[in-house]
Amino acid sequence: MSLSAYVPILFLFALAAAFALFSVGVSQIVGPKRANRAKLEAYECGIEPSPEPVGGGRFPVRFFLVAMLFIVFDIEIIFLYPWAVSFNALGLFGFVEMLLFIGTVLIAYAYVWRRGGLDWD
Amino acid sequence: MLALLAQSPTLAQGSTLLAQDPTLADFGRDPWWLILIKVVFAFIFGAIGTVLGVWFERRLVARMAVRPGPNQVGPFGLLQTLVDGIKGMLKEDLLPRASDKVVFFFAPTISAIFALTALSVIPFGPVVSIFGHQTPLQVTDVPVAVLVILACSAVGVYGIVLGGWASGSTYPLLGGLRSSAQVISYEVAMGLSIVAVFMVAGTMSTSQIVAAQASGARLSLFGWEPSWGYWPGWYALLLLPSFVIFVIAAFGETNRAPFDLPEAESELVAGYMTEYSSIKFLLYMLSEYVAMLTMSAATVTLFLGGWRAPWPISLWDGANSGWWPLLWFLGKVTLMLFLFVWVRATLPRLRYDQFMRFGWKVLLPVNLAWILLLAGGRVAWSGNVESGTRWLLVGGMAVTILLIGLLWPARKPEKQRSVAEQVAARPTGSFPVPPIDLVVPPSPRARRVVAERAPANVAIGSGESGESETATDGRGA
Repeated sequence: MSLSAYVPILFLFALAAAFALFSVGVSQIVGPKRANRAKLEAYECGIEPSPEPVGGGRFPVRFFLVAMLFIVFDIEIIFLYPWAVSFNALGLFGFVEMLLFIGTVLIAYAYVWRRGGLDWD
Repeated sequence: MLALLAQSPTLAQGSTLLAQDPTLADFGRDPWWLILIKVVFAFIFGAIGTVLGVWFERRLVARMAVRPGPNQVGPFGLLQTLVDGIKGMLKEDLLPRASDKVVFFFAPTISAIFALTALSVIPFGPVVSIFGHQTPLQVTDVPVAVLVILACSAVGVYGIVLGGWASGSTYPLLGGLRSSAQVISYEVAMGLSIVAVFMVAGTMSTSQIVAAQASGARLSLFGWEPSWGYWPGWYALLLLPSFVIFVIAAFGETNRAPFDLPEAESELVAGYMTEYSSIKFLLYMLSEYVAMLTMSAATVTLFLGGWRAPWPISLWDGANSGWWPLLWFLGKVTLMLFLFVWVRATLPRLRYDQFMRFGWKVLLPVNLAWILLLAGGRVAWSGNVESGTRWLLVGGMAVTILLIGLLWPARKPEKQRSVAEQVAARPTGSFPVPPIDLVVPPSPRARRVVAERAPANVAIGSGESGESETATDGRGA
């Protein structure tokens, strides 16, 4: 088992990238170019678009909170994967260790739940 | 239950493995031209899968809605998607004035590229002979192959969120944000659901997971082991909770109905795709369908026995060798696609808060509890644990579950706020939306009728809405 098994992933990546960029490029050439002011406005159901600073307007902080929570639980999952793969070798010791780890995360989870961090109102 | 708890047959035993079953050592030794053939095959699988998948979905949804669906271009309308694609390519590619030009250009390509890259670790079949070369029918396999699929589907969301952000418009921004929050929430559920698969299979490589599902443990009834008796090997049956959670998470991860909130047309026009036109819009469509295809293939690989023949066919000796498995694989993927379309045609879209609550408050704890239950059971019945420790474990788990159930922080029921309180509680500078009291205002016509009957009533009752009333009257006259 060497790194050469990873090379075909790069091959497929390169082929997909070539396809995507090629098709976008072809469309630039064959497509018509008849832009006018109304076409280039942001779409807002036909009314004048509300002004918005370039780089995004304001958005609810909930999205940020979800991203933070995701990091916590994604790291938990990343810890679970190698443990699951070598579960048979670890036996009772591994199980108790993981129980302690998940218990710790569960306390944080209960806290977030109680504080309303999982609600979307 | 006992089959789950028993140690899975390790691959070293090799009793159930045939010569056609690839091992990890079989990968990474193909000559360059063979890699190229396989890569092109996987790419065409994605491209043709999209063309046929769109047709399949439109026909099927049409049938379910008692319509004929696209049936004009080519036999049974098969070429409809292809023609639509060519037409889309010949349309004008608009670059909105408010957009971030570079990011707007590259965002759809990111989505499409990573959706296609995920196909590289999907096992399509066993070892076959291509131009005299014995090689597995799979682009490649690595010890962390399932992580490659997860990583690709997670990076694909960059295309969506960047596209939404770069459009410089309100609806795409909200659609992109919704999508990112949705995908990461359901990624947690999906990541946890496959922990059980890794635990039972003892590997993260896709071809080995398929091999591990070849046959289940020996059927054992209190020591009696009939020679014909094997448990089913498919993890969809052995690990049913994981399978159900994985499929639900796959719907959330691919932004498919009933979880297609990022492009909910009744709320967000077309979500992150609103400002996109021509080929860039098509690339988003392509990546959505390829992601659906990849998720179906991943479900088949992880839970439905991969390319192995289903039960009645597997009795035939040649079913799992040569090129036949490709057929079984495609059949299973088609069934999964059918499920995707069926659910879309059946279920209405969820509300966003319900959707997020379901992911975080239902799928996550159920998943964790199932993993711990499975792990505890496997440890307790693994054979090298004394019976005293075993019952201590079972008792300990029961006490833990009881304690968590008792101590779980209950939520106080919120008291119903009146409309005036709701309006007062709004932060300063928020949009002037009307209070949600669900009282339908009387129509101008009804109001006029009342006014004709008793003019004094309206004069007293109109109060603050007097302005709009005069306006209505002026238009009516």
